[in-house]
Amino acid sequence: MRVLVCIKRVPAPGGKVLITEDGTDIDTRHLGFTIGPHEECAVEEAVQLVAEHGGHVTVLTAGPPEAEEQLRYALSMGANAGVLVEHGAHDPQATATALTETIRTLESEDGNFDLILFGNESADVGNYQVGIRVACALERPVVGGIKGIDVADESTHVLLHRENADGVEVYQAPLPAVAAVKEGLNLPRYPSIQGRLRAKKAPLRTVQPKTAPGGLRTVQLRQPPEKQHETVVLGYGADAADSVVDLLTEKGVV
Amino acid sequence: MLLVLVEDDSGAVSGGSQEALTLAHGLATDLNVPVHAAAFGTRGEFAATLGAYGVSTLHLLEGPFADAYSPECWGAALAELVRHIGAIGVIAAASEWGNEVLAHASARTGEAFASNCVTVDAGQQWSLTRVRGGGMLLEDAELAGAVKFVSLTPGAVEPAELPIPQQITTDSFVPESTDTLVHSTIVDRKSRGAGVALSTARVVVSGGRGVGSAEGFESLEELAELLGGAVGCSRVATNSGWRPHSDQVGLTGTKIAADLYIACGISGATQHWVGCMGAKSILAINTDPEAPLVTRADYAVIGDVHQVLPAILERARARKQVQGVA
Ligand SMILES: Cc1cc2nc3c(=O)[nH]c(=O)nc-3n(C[C@H](O)[C@H](O)[C@H](O)COP(=O)(O)OP(=O)(O)OC[C@H]3O[C@@H](n4cnc5c(N)ncnc54)[C@H](O)[C@@H]3O)c2cc1C
Repeated sequence: MRVLVCIKRVPAPGGKVLITEDGTDIDTRHLGFTIGPHEECAVEEAVQLVAEHGGHVTVLTAGPPEAEEQLRYALSMGANAGVLVEHGAHDPQATATALTETIRTLESEDGNFDLILFGNESADVGNYQVGIRVACALERPVVGGIKGIDVADESTHVLLHRENADGVEVYQAPLPAVAAVKEGLNLPRYPSIQGRLRAKKAPLRTVQPKTAPGGLRTVQLRQPPEKQHETVVLGYGADAADSVVDLLTEKGVV
Repeated sequence: MLLVLVEDDSGAVSGGSQEALTLAHGLATDLNVPVHAAAFGTRGEFAATLGAYGVSTLHLLEGPFADAYSPECWGAALAELVRHIGAIGVIAAASEWGNEVLAHASARTGEAFASNCVTVDAGQQWSLTRVRGGGMLLEDAELAGAVKFVSLTPGAVEPAELPIPQQITTDSFVPESTDTLVHSTIVDRKSRGAGVALSTARVVVSGGRGVGSAEGFESLEELAELLGGAVGCSRVATNSGWRPHSDQVGLTGTKIAADLYIACGISGATQHWVGCMGAKSILAINTDPEAPLVTRADYAVIGDVHQVLPAILERARARKQVQGVA
């Protein structure tokens, strides 16, 4: 089966997130980057599905040229081909158009992808819609929040599992289908040295589709207000146990 | 008019929907337009509640498609209703369901959708503030288009009924687009096993790298059981295979709302913080007095979890026994 995974390069801040001087983006000069955790699981799932059913995994990212780093990481996990869609904006409608156009081009050359995987929402911007917009444009079924995928019959349909407050729901979708997945779908592998070497040399394809801006425009980013307070140190080491139990009693939990 | 998408919570209008209705009433007053509501299936019993929030018409989206949830069909049905009644704005709670249905409906109408908003001001364009990264940053943005789709972060608005309820009429709308749509179908439901759910637990005892191993979590489990709470963890604990991902607190895990969060050997990276910042009080146990979670916590114990936790367990059990006797 042919699987496509759409991934995003996101900043990996440790502490406080800094904002650029013009206020419109995250200041990434001193930050490392990573593949979004939901998408890392999507890549792992695709690699496992293809190991079981045979086929081919393509990874695609819309982002700056530096997103090559995340494509190569996905290749080192076992994906077979990488496509970089050069596209700077976080605009969800424009991003969806860029991805849809690219997918149409890829499919016109090599046939449809049976399954297209997205992260449920990006870790940095979190617009909760890009995968759904792409699926609607391609007229394919799509379910979000997915934490389990069973390809029951690779030529007809897939079972998609997701959690809600009451338990698990299972959806059946005809192929070709789209799923927006969440971390917890699996435990992604650490790439092997061989995988890393292969990924380093793999050719990547770059495309530059035309897009028009959508209706949501960022004006500025702000730090959320932080409540001012003092931390009460209850004690040091095992000697603090009595004060902790006093606190638990005061809170009515013991 | 403005249209509020109403979510069903065990047969009643969900709390998040009541917040969305309150926001919509304020916006509609500024724009001088009425508020309508949309619900799926036979939800006529919602009318009284909706009237109390100022809704003048309830549209029930009906048809065979409405019997079981399908994100594609429900989104397409909503999009069709929006066009049919000429809504200029659509508002829902930013629950997983609300975000999913609005994303589908906005995609099908070709309009923009601003998810997870905390404030919205109406005008030619709508000026809004939305939450990014689960609460790491706030984004001020402008929303343009003929129909504006907005989801509201839970807790951002205090729900308020009107002093005098609005007269409400109910009609039914049977969409056509759902008949031919390629879509997924729900085929099975499994209910959650026993035990305290992390998202709603009153107490969460959580561990990170400092716990050191899967076995190290035994004392956290014991404490959680003693306090009637749930066990949580950081992403390091999940990625190390010490705990299942369902225990993970944070941006890509669960957002908790506990009265007390006990964080053992967790540094408090922003992605973790956004998952636990909703707790009423936080106790951090950490060897490092400068760890971000220690400086942001209400209470802290500076020390090694492997020494502190057994001591707490021993004293807490002793205290419980005394109470039991008394
Ligand atoms: C996009 C993205 C999403 C993420 N999502 C999440 C998420 O949902 N949840 C999450 O948790 N993380 C998430 N992370 C990871 C996050 O950035 C941190 O790496 C992670 O939270 C750190 O886990 P930790 O605190 O257990 O480990 P560390 O940061 O290594 O901290 C360990 C702490 O334990 C203390 N310690 C060590 N030994 C002891 C001891 N014996 N006794 C007491 N204290 C001790 C140390 O002083 C330190 O403070 C995400 C990261 C990214 C980039």
